Amino acid sequence: MHGPGEVEVSRRGLLVGGAASVAAGAVSAPADAQRAPAAPKPAMAKVSFEVNGRRQSLEVDTRTTLLDALREHLKLTGSKKGCDQGQCGACTVIVDGRRINSCLSLAVMHEGDRITTVEGLGTPDKLHPMQAAFVRHDGYQCGYCTPGQICSAVSVLEEIRAGIPSHVSADLTAAPALTAAEMRERMSGNICRCGAYSNIIEAMADVAGAKA
Amino acid sequence: MKFDKPATTNPIDQLKVVGKPTDRIDGPLKTTGTAPYAYERHDVASDQAYGYIVGSAIAKGRINAVDLAAAKAAPGVIEIVTWQNAGPLGKSKSHTAKLLAGPEIEHYDQAIAIVVAETFEQARAAARMVRIDYARAPGRFDLDAQIKSAPPVGEDSGEGSHSPPIARHGDFDGAFAAAPVKLDAVYRTPDQSHAMMEPHATIAAWEGDKLTLWTSNQMIAWGVRDLAQTLMIPKEKVRLVSPYIGGGFGSKLWVRADALMAALGARAAKRPVKVALARAQIMNNTTHRPATVQHIRLGATKDGKLTAIAHESWSGDLPGGGPETAPSQTKLIYAGANRLIATRLATLDLPEGNAMRAPGEAPGMMALEVAMDEMAEKLGMDPVAFRILNDTQVDPMKPERRYSMRNMTGCLKLGAEKFGWAKRNPKPGQMRDGNWLVGMGVAAGFRNNITTKSAARVRIDDKGGIVVETDMTDIGTGSYTIIAQTAAEVMGVPLDQVKVTLGDSSFPEAAGSGGQWGAANSTAGVYAACMKLREAVAAKLGFNSADAAFTGGRVTSGNRSATLADAAGSSAEDGIEYGDLGKTYQQSTFAGHFVEVGVDAWTGTVRVRRMLAVCAAGRIINPKSARSQVIGAMTMGVGAALMEHAVVDKRFGFFVNHDLAGYEVPVHADIPHQEVIFLDETDPIAGPLKAKGVGELGICGVGGAVANAIYNATGVRVRDYPITLDKLIDKLPAMA
Repeated sequence: MHGPGEVEVSRRGLLVGGAASVAAGAVSAPADAQRAPAAPKPAMAKVSFEVNGRRQSLEVDTRTTLLDALREHLKLTGSKKGCDQGQCGACTVIVDGRRINSCLSLAVMHEGDRITTVEGLGTPDKLHPMQAAFVRHDGYQCGYCTPGQICSAVSVLEEIRAGIPSHVSADLTAAPALTAAEMRERMSGNICRCGAYSNIIEAMADVAGAKA
Repeated sequence: MKFDKPATTNPIDQLKVVGKPTDRIDGPLKTTGTAPYAYERHDVASDQAYGYIVGSAIAKGRINAVDLAAAKAAPGVIEIVTWQNAGPLGKSKSHTAKLLAGPEIEHYDQAIAIVVAETFEQARAAARMVRIDYARAPGRFDLDAQIKSAPPVGEDSGEGSHSPPIARHGDFDGAFAAAPVKLDAVYRTPDQSHAMMEPHATIAAWEGDKLTLWTSNQMIAWGVRDLAQTLMIPKEKVRLVSPYIGGGFGSKLWVRADALMAALGARAAKRPVKVALARAQIMNNTTHRPATVQHIRLGATKDGKLTAIAHESWSGDLPGGGPETAPSQTKLIYAGANRLIATRLATLDLPEGNAMRAPGEAPGMMALEVAMDEMAEKLGMDPVAFRILNDTQVDPMKPERRYSMRNMTGCLKLGAEKFGWAKRNPKPGQMRDGNWLVGMGVAAGFRNNITTKSAARVRIDDKGGIVVETDMTDIGTGSYTIIAQTAAEVMGVPLDQVKVTLGDSSFPEAAGSGGQWGAANSTAGVYAACMKLREAVAAKLGFNSADAAFTGGRVTSGNRSATLADAAGSSAEDGIEYGDLGKTYQQSTFAGHFVEVGVDAWTGTVRVRRMLAVCAAGRIINPKSARSQVIGAMTMGVGAALMEHAVVDKRFGFFVNHDLAGYEVPVHADIPHQEVIFLDETDPIAGPLKAKGVGELGICGVGGAVANAIYNATGVRVRDYPITLDKLIDKLPAMA
């Protein structure tokens, strides 16, 4: 959601009562808009967490997401902003061993946490096995969703090993299998518009020693 | 280098590097998050401020008044720019609607202001305090209501797709009336959104009167031209840098509001400004693929020869805009003596319609290839055999023009064999797998090959490595790698001895990325530059260039030999320019798309189970990344067939589902393992690499193959995309 647009639309929708015709007319701003009371100063807070093994202490606007703390404050731009509203998965990072959408989490909620971003998995000269598998299987094209896909892929294999069931697990009490269906289901929060899905599953299967 | 005669044997034919499945050279950067995208350039300008764009809350009308008092008083706000203080602005021909509106509003979420602040949070918060008093005017938002008054308007999409206002060949009306077997059907495709993963983003910095933009753009030289025109400054004063692009699919062919508003914001704030469109702004602020209504009529003899073909399409756009060229391929793809092609354009006050991956053919083939399936059934023919029977080796409307190379028949035959097409039951609704109704569908794939000039600069570095500079872009297409392969092949060095730098307007102008023209043309330009470099190297070494051999990092001529490092500092700039081969021959690429679906017999849920594309597109420079282009396009085709639909609010004139939760695109769970086979061919008429484009071929036809598979599974023919379960559920076969 962004700005006043949507609010205006729903209000107008109610006013016209769903009528198909739209009358020309003014859409007025609220009557008190002219008075412009000064907005309060942003609330700032200190937070410390560990990113890729390094302790980081920041003072941030409390509205700052974990994603923007990483990208704008720590200049770790590997984690991507695709939607900023939890719909695409490009911002996926691993916090205390679990993957999360870092755009849906405020930085100040992570005091003391251990955060791993794609930069913490490997470097161009020393790729993590999942990063190397993505290169080998061409599991990316434009590369923008890739860090999130890789953080998710690493976590998904851990989740399956840990016995965590998914929507496609036939038996919720049995250990889930390393199947393509399990991997696809668990990876479905990470959108790749270039459409590298078939290759990503092959890269994951390669790392997991499973059949895609 | 002028290319005006078919290629003969040249250094590319060594195929030591070209033609081999090759890992992308940019892969280690992309997979580690170290490839820098536009918004991430903390390194290029200090003291960057943050911009946030305010979009119009009405679709049509004007702004009565703007109240910035609250926003200006908000913490951290540096400047706010609207049309009132932006200074005079021009409009380039590339933009139908203005990038900055005011006081007139042309479409919903058109940019009306940028708020510049110290932090992103402050800019976003202050943007919500901008108060606008609008006078809303009635708009035209309903394509169905407007098509009755839509005049014929042709268009060259500039992307290889051209559709005339009205074109006739032979006597369609007479032939259709006389045809013993006829099909007459109307198909609909909805508005669609590119939904690339990286939002449009720009960092703008002024140095005196010089502007640099680090942005996300497919066509660098177009961007420089259009931004210079809009800001009314000489284009020499504008530099665009775009080395990594998080997807485009046509939405980044032209600079958008992020670029202009960042430039205006930076000028006002006297600081570099970074701006990204919020995800929820993109669908209404930028362009989309327009919805179409397509009327197709086919007439055939009883033995299946097409005698009459009509394809008429309606779409809508803002005043001054253009149509979706959906009938384009129907001029060319099948034989048939009598033809009618028509394109009509309604006026709509929706956001700007424009190119999205394979404009024209992508929605056009979704209709035509279903019509071909329907016609095959009426004829009692196998749909593969029906297409093969109506193959043509010439442009049917200009029979003197031959195809440079056309093996669509080979694609369909090999595909049928590999996919197990013989197991398909032609009678719908017969194949079952538990609760799943199973069906197979086929479609042809067709997309033109465009030749366009492209240049590069190359040099030998101190260690004998090759450095390539060109303003070509890599939008995920694999440009870095195929350019490196080309330079490595021509200069006789291993791939890792080539450094490729792209996407900077200070480099020679390349073809850019669009219309699947990037690969063949940009590598041809690099080929031309490298051939010239070979001459420079030979001259520097005192060798006769005619017999100098370039292999293993060495240059050998007679009994003399030197390393490339001995010629360090040699450089050359050249490009490819084409003669008339693109006109005298029809140059196209071809595919056979095969799809198997399962449709849940109780719920109508559609699952794609298997997909195969067999492609004929000339020499494939890097089979690994070319395959990825095709599977990616197949994936987008599945989205178009099954889920993608930008829903218009016809009262207020905007796309309602304008984010990635509401506008559904395929996710992992929607896509099975995909197979791609490239026919082993070279097209010497296409260019020196004998290669053609492949990036859009994969989406052309595949949606029709999905639709045809659903029909084969269920017996339900849906002509209104996307094929969602509500269009199937009450028509499914009764369950035993």
